[in-house]
Amino acid sequence: MSDKVKVTIDGISVEVAPGTTILNAARQIGGDIVPPAMCYYSKLEGSGGKCRTCIVKVSKGSEKDPRPMPKLVASCRTTVMDGMEVLNITSPEVIEARSGVVEMLLINHPLDCPVCDQAGECDLQNLGYEHGLQKTRYEFERRTFERIDIGDKIQLHMNRCILCYRCVFTADQITNKRVHGILNRGDHSEISTYIQTAVDNDFSGNVIDVCPVGALTDKTFRFKNRVWFTKPIDAHRDCPTCSGKVTLWYKGEDVLRVTARKDIYGEVEEFICNTCRFDKKKTADWVIEHPTHISDTSVIASNHYETLKPLPVIQNNPQLQQANKVELEKTTKF
Amino acid sequence: MARKLLLEHINVPGINTFDVYRQKGGYRAVEKALKTLTPDEVVEEVKKSGLRGRGGAGFPTGMKWSFLAKPEGVARYLVCNADESEPGTFKDRYLMTHIPHALIEGMIVSSFALGANTSYIYVRGEMMPQIRILEKAIAEAKNAGFLGKNILGTGYDLELYVQPGGGAYICGEETALLESLEGKRGNPRIKPPFPAIAGLYGCPTVVNNVESIAATVPIINDGGDEYAKIGIGRSTGTKLISASGNLVRPGVYEIDLGLPVEEFIYSDEYCGGIANGKRLKATVAGGSSVPILPANLTLKLANGEPRLMSYESLSEGGFATGSMMGSGGFIAFDEDQCIVRNTWNFSRFYHHESCGQCSPCREGTGWMEKVLHRIEYGHGKMSDIDLLVDVSKKIEGNTICPLGDAAAWPVASAIRHFRDEFEWHVKEPIKCLDTNYGLANYAEPIVKAEVTTGN
Repeated sequence: MSDKVKVTIDGISVEVAPGTTILNAARQIGGDIVPPAMCYYSKLEGSGGKCRTCIVKVSKGSEKDPRPMPKLVASCRTTVMDGMEVLNITSPEVIEARSGVVEMLLINHPLDCPVCDQAGECDLQNLGYEHGLQKTRYEFERRTFERIDIGDKIQLHMNRCILCYRCVFTADQITNKRVHGILNRGDHSEISTYIQTAVDNDFSGNVIDVCPVGALTDKTFRFKNRVWFTKPIDAHRDCPTCSGKVTLWYKGEDVLRVTARKDIYGEVEEFICNTCRFDKKKTADWVIEHPTHISDTSVIASNHYETLKPLPVIQNNPQLQQANKVELEKTTKF
Repeated sequence: MARKLLLEHINVPGINTFDVYRQKGGYRAVEKALKTLTPDEVVEEVKKSGLRGRGGAGFPTGMKWSFLAKPEGVARYLVCNADESEPGTFKDRYLMTHIPHALIEGMIVSSFALGANTSYIYVRGEMMPQIRILEKAIAEAKNAGFLGKNILGTGYDLELYVQPGGGAYICGEETALLESLEGKRGNPRIKPPFPAIAGLYGCPTVVNNVESIAATVPIINDGGDEYAKIGIGRSTGTKLISASGNLVRPGVYEIDLGLPVEEFIYSDEYCGGIANGKRLKATVAGGSSVPILPANLTLKLANGEPRLMSYESLSEGGFATGSMMGSGGFIAFDEDQCIVRNTWNFSRFYHHESCGQCSPCREGTGWMEKVLHRIEYGHGKMSDIDLLVDVSKKIEGNTICPLGDAAAWPVASAIRHFRDEFEWHVKEPIKCLDTNYGLANYAEPIVKAEVTTGN
């Protein structure tokens, strides 16, 4: 028996290591068939399973036990079995359930994108465009909270929060001591610090990066600019506490904000420390590398397209080429 | 009169004390199990008995026990789920209040079968009197040598602890219960791994309902085969039913599974009929989370046969015409009860109790509650009814734990069976505030669906 298991997602087969989740197997294939994930974060242990946007249908359990799974499963927390067959975008049931989840996520979301700092790089915004309805069926008052300052650099705007728990996991696993968490229950629950104790830690700023929505924002950047007017540049510096690899967001000559580098799924590559994030805002502090690669589907990429390069796995597999046809056509277009 | 197994000596004065309980034959099962049987034989007896989980899901207890992983050198735990919070269910509280030693005896036998040396009884926080009763009973049992080190000289050690919960309904879900027992926020865990592999403190754990654990006592005393003779089909033994609502004599009854529902409601031995000479409109057969049924479908199956109090018969007909055994919280509604109000009330409960971890349940329960509130108070629209059905569908099956399903089913079933009452609420927004829809045709005999063959 080989040490790889074969899993088929939307008719595309891929061989992955045992213990891989369906979501990560799909990410290895890439393209449209990757389920969206709002709460799962590969760098945070224990995350995932909560937002339910990544649900998929398992139409065949495994080679040994071919029965389908009775319910839709969260792909981020379900590990693959040999011979498993998964339906994501080819299953109407999944599409319907996912749009239901998106609707649920949005009913208590203020939809204040025009004044939200996250707009343009917001996972929920993307998800809403892709799966949401044109209008809401929710006719009641949305839950509201007061804005809370967590320390002097981070602001928590609970109205926008989708309770993905990412920041809680970050604070638990990256920082030494967690001083914030979830209070209350159900749709009254909120991310909070007890008696608004400041999160005082070198790495606390990472909660801003992991937040999929605009609930946790950088106070040094708040209302300074829209992200699509800024120009991201990869840079690094010798930092004693972190890797020092960051993205600088320029507007003209000025560095408006510093964030960690993010991959195509919006996950940071390496967490960075607060000094890099909040205090080093001069070009002189940094060694500039090159402009950051931004996906051409992102609004930030407007006017600076780059040539698309399909993943190597796609280039060799005719089935994958078929599945990623739209993407490939774009490549040739440019 | 059916034979009582759990509540046989309920009326004996002082049965809550160790001495009286012992005189009435208590702790025989411990002696028998520890001195004459091996743990595997106890599991085998429970398997033979066909005992099914009494907490709601109805999963065979013996099977659950045999799934317990038994790695070397890792502690195993038995946790008793006494976080009884389902609206309409109060059997566990009754059992713990009046015969606490039945639970403790069951705990000793079950822990022995599973090889657990530390066991917990997780009691709902509101049940402070029961917690004191249990602690007193544990102290008595310990004095008599039935707990602690080297029980009855057999070399088996068991420590039993009572843990009060914080009063959250969600902590009745087994993984949330374990989280809470570990001292964390009571959020259900994502399964797999199941508790049988990694439960309390990451060790293999079995979580059982109070009644399931207490039922192991008669099983060991009389043998599994004897227990399996009671009941019908795969629903063996006796079950405690908490009967409430508009009944002449509500209360906790021990019934043989397979008793006709009609007999349970109307016979003088049990509930004695509907109070104040009214007529039955609807029932919730197994606690608030199971689908509600109108009177006609409660008493008869869709094919006209009488419905029985058993796991199979109550769920006969699936969600279209059936309900579920659930935890045995039997609620009867008479003709003057408003189903819309009741559905709103249940929905309010689930909204309040949702843990807020996964989005469909967190947001959906609140949404349903608000829409139902609007209909109940005469501000509803016709489209709201379909909206509710749609929202309940979006919640059902898409959540981490069964609370989402439990919140969706009562709403979906109420609309399925009582749609005209919901429509009446929308059409008569003023009238619905102070009058009721009444019985309508909910008690009329079911029209048999015509059997069509071929084209």
